[in-house]
Amino acid sequence: MKRALIIDDEPLARMVVKEYLQNFDQIEVMQECNDGFEGLKAIQQHQPDLVFLDVQMPKINGFEMLELVEQKPAVIFTTAFDEYAIKAFETHAVDYLLKPFSKDRFNKAIEKYLAQAPTVASPKHTEELLETAAQSPAQHERIVVKTGTKVKIIPVQDVQYLAADDDYVSVFTAEGSFLKNKTMNFFEHTLDPRQFVRVHRSYIIAIQQITRIDPYEKDAHLAILKSGAKIPVSKTGYVKLKQVLGI
Amino acid sequence: MASSLTPSKLYGAFAICGLVWTALQTYIIHGFGFIWFIATTDGLVSSVLLAAACWLINNNLRYYQPGKGSYINILIWCGALAGICTFGCRWIIPLLASGPAYTNFLSQSLTIRFFIDFLAVGWMAMISMIWYSQIDQKENEKRKSEAEQLARDAELYNLRQQLQPHFLFNSLNSINALIGFKPDEARKMIHQLSDFLRGTLKKDDQQQVQLTEELQHLNLYLEIEKVRFGHRLQTEISCDEKSGSAKVPSMLLQPIVENAIKFGLYDTTGEVVVSLRAEIDGNYLLIMVQNPYDPQTSRPRQGTGFGLRGVQRRLYLLFARNDLMETHANDNIFTTIIKVPQLET
Repeated sequence: MKRALIIDDEPLARMVVKEYLQNFDQIEVMQECNDGFEGLKAIQQHQPDLVFLDVQMPKINGFEMLELVEQKPAVIFTTAFDEYAIKAFETHAVDYLLKPFSKDRFNKAIEKYLAQAPTVASPKHTEELLETAAQSPAQHERIVVKTGTKVKIIPVQDVQYLAADDDYVSVFTAEGSFLKNKTMNFFEHTLDPRQFVRVHRSYIIAIQQITRIDPYEKDAHLAILKSGAKIPVSKTGYVKLKQVLGI
Repeated sequence: MASSLTPSKLYGAFAICGLVWTALQTYIIHGFGFIWFIATTDGLVSSVLLAAACWLINNNLRYYQPGKGSYINILIWCGALAGICTFGCRWIIPLLASGPAYTNFLSQSLTIRFFIDFLAVGWMAMISMIWYSQIDQKENEKRKSEAEQLARDAELYNLRQQLQPHFLFNSLNSINALIGFKPDEARKMIHQLSDFLRGTLKKDDQQQVQLTEELQHLNLYLEIEKVRFGHRLQTEISCDEKSGSAKVPSMLLQPIVENAIKFGLYDTTGEVVVSLRAEIDGNYLLIMVQNPYDPQTSRPRQGTGFGLRGVQRRLYLLFARNDLMETHANDNIFTTIIKVPQLET
């Protein structure tokens, strides 16, 4: 028996999935969720095998929710996104269903899932999926982190700088720092390069926050931020910084 | 410049000038003591030659507008044409009228004839240049305004198109769900959706409609959204009789309300009340749309999405003003206010 969740903010959209699922005795719907927060809780609680996930939802979208899940389930996206957007993740999700979808199309997706089920839940797939999903516009505007059991949404303009921290990245804001299980490379590529510069192997800073750049030892510099933080700037980082600042 | 200055009038003026010129020259030559026959011959021949030169340079400039650096070419042309005229006189007139005193006079007056011809041709060149560049400019302006009109139409079309697909597909998905267990509601939603789409298609963007009509159309949209989002979405619309009969550009409100719904629904997780209030203020119709939002997580003001920028652009295209829309955000409520100028009828 496979356990499934339906996460969609439109009740009727959930109903379609539930109705179509009646033909499959081997899949049981554990819970229906209205938004990403509920979805997150339900995933932790039920540890489902399969999730039907809408992309556009209140507060945090489907991708952002998935980022915060540690044991990633197999995912079938149900969305009204146009095909252009869907191309980005079509190779990585188990399947995607463009609303409105037919019963036949739905059955195919389920059969595809069942056929690959033993090997699925391969977290690598979902990771890749999220990397590509990072191209969705919301990802440039905010960073979603988990603090304890709470989900925190940080608008990018509140970010002062990011620092590498073992396998994580620390996101520094006026309210403190938050850990995010992503790489520096990920942020270097997703954040707006006009607003954020990777000035060092371990540091990305927000241009807005810089008050001064002082020379420091040979070839290296120190960027002083409004908050008083001193961030090392490497030789190549300094070149990049000068480019963005136009000096 | 006068639009009444048509080419035929210009040619008329040209001919009259030629005649006056001939008469004047004849009179002057006669004044030097030559008989009328000689004076008239001289006047006619040199004027015809000069007219030919003028026509040539005018015709040339019609098809070739000199660039900034090539005015010298025009001068050379004028010089050459004046030279040809002068030598034409020198060779043609003696064939028709002669006399020792006159031949002498003719060869002595060649220099002054050359300069007078040069001035006349130059003057003609100048007038032609101004005349044709003015015609060019008029044509350019006409083309430009046509292009602008086209661009504007295309832009309005695009503005409208971008609003549809997401809404349409999600609505179809809701209908798909309803068909199974509430066929009557599915049918009702199909009718609402068709009415809404038909209304959207048939409306002319340039057209002004009564607010009540616009609100009816908006209501179709809201009913559909309410089916989609269930009890989460509630709407309040207040509009008195006076503002109800005021005019608004058609399809102006929908993107604002769409924005409010999206903003409200996707920025909060609870129930959402979207309210719309219309009132008359002097010569303006004020429309205020409010929705809840979360200041902690919402995006910067300018990032309120495509919808509002589109509305602002449309107001600018229609009324040539940028101050007709404003947005405020406080106490978890986001407010959009638009002012629609009421033109006197």
